[in-house]
Amino acid sequence: MWKKIFDWLDERLGLVDLYKNLLDRPEPQGNWWNTLGSASLFLFIMQAVTGIFLTVYYTPSPDHAYDSINYIMNGVAFGWLIRGIHHWGATLMVIVVFVHMLRVFFTASFKYPREMTWLIGVGLFLLTLGMGFTGYLLPWNQKSYWATTVGTQIAGTVPFLGDFILKALRGGSNLSALTLQRFFAAHIWMLPAALAGLIGAHLYLIIKHGESHFPTKDD
Amino acid sequence: MPDNELNRRDFIKVTTGIVGGLIGAAIGLPAISYLLDPAFKSGGKEAWIPVGKIADMEIGRPYPFSFTRVQVNGWERTSTSHGGFAIRKSEDPKDIVILNSRCTHLGCTVNWKDDAQAFLCPCHDAKFSEEGMVLDGPPPRPLDRYADFRLTDDGILEIFYKES
Ligand code: HEM
Ligand code: FES
Repeated sequence: MWKKIFDWLDERLGLVDLYKNLLDRPEPQGNWWNTLGSASLFLFIMQAVTGIFLTVYYTPSPDHAYDSINYIMNGVAFGWLIRGIHHWGATLMVIVVFVHMLRVFFTASFKYPREMTWLIGVGLFLLTLGMGFTGYLLPWNQKSYWATTVGTQIAGTVPFLGDFILKALRGGSNLSALTLQRFFAAHIWMLPAALAGLIGAHLYLIIKHGESHFPTKDD
Repeated sequence: MPDNELNRRDFIKVTTGIVGGLIGAAIGLPAISYLLDPAFKSGGKEAWIPVGKIADMEIGRPYPFSFTRVQVNGWERTSTSHGGFAIRKSEDPKDIVILNSRCTHLGCTVNWKDDAQAFLCPCHDAKFSEEGMVLDGPPPRPLDRYADFRLTDDGILEIFYKES
């Protein structure tokens, strides 16, 4: 009975092929460093899920952002857990993505034919940092307010274009409701959408090229 | 060897499944409770609200009172004003009618007018008797009553209030 249903679906959806190509790929001799990409992917999914849950209570407005976070921490069942995972997961993701990048660098896996995998990876790393930067402002507390003040000021030191960049980031000359709102939009829509798209391309290339072999002493 | 190989692969599959399931449950179950949290909260706080000293209330003359309640919904506080009239019918301190001054038509506040001997609503000219009965105008039912009240030992009239 189940077998029949499965076969029917498989014939139309190609489930077995999908499974073989996505999850049952041949790998070179196992190495724990090669799991860091999957770890990055796992963390991205976890951040997405916990982030979606946070938006159920979070309000991106200067007069409610801080209180709504407070409410998540103290008023909602398991709010501390959801926010805790998202908070620490953010730091962990930056670290894991960075170490993944280091391992790709040290094993020289960025060479032909994987240059585009590497370039897309650079984009993924920058976007991950962007997620951290925009997310940090959202609680709208003293630390996040001043971190963003300083961070956008640094971006504003770019020669010639600095002033324009600063205003574009802040949505005006000062940190305001506009800053919070556009950081929120970037944090929950634009950057994740870009990340998801690039991750798709990244994974496509990994499946296409297969995992590179670990360099031996002779390499 | 092929047997062995298969076992190792199956072991990894099963372990991945179990660990994945555990992580899923450890996050998924709290997440459901997080999402449904407001539905589990018992809304409707209750309180006894002091209206005034019974000695200050003239028999047969509506005694106005008002109070404010602050409702907290998550991170938002809303305060609402309530008001009413306590009307003693006789010497018996239990013989009292307590009306809500919110007009039963569209919610304006009614006022007691001595010369008309009635509650008048400024919005659509409704008229209520001292007992709260509709005498004139569009309201569909009499003024609401605070049915639950009590007298404290030092002669304060209190009404029972429950948030909706
Ligand atoms: C959101 C962040 C990222 C995710 C989700 C991700 C995901 C993955 C996954 C699942 C793999 C295959 C397993 C592995 O080799 O570890 C991989 C491989 C690879 N990644 Fe990433 N990655 C991310 C960021 C980066 C960054 C920042 C770089 C470098 C700038 C990069 C460059 C590469 C390259 C060149 C490979 C191929 C390695 C090989 O074939 O040996 N990735 N990535
Ligand atoms: S609200 Fe009182 S008469 Fe309409």
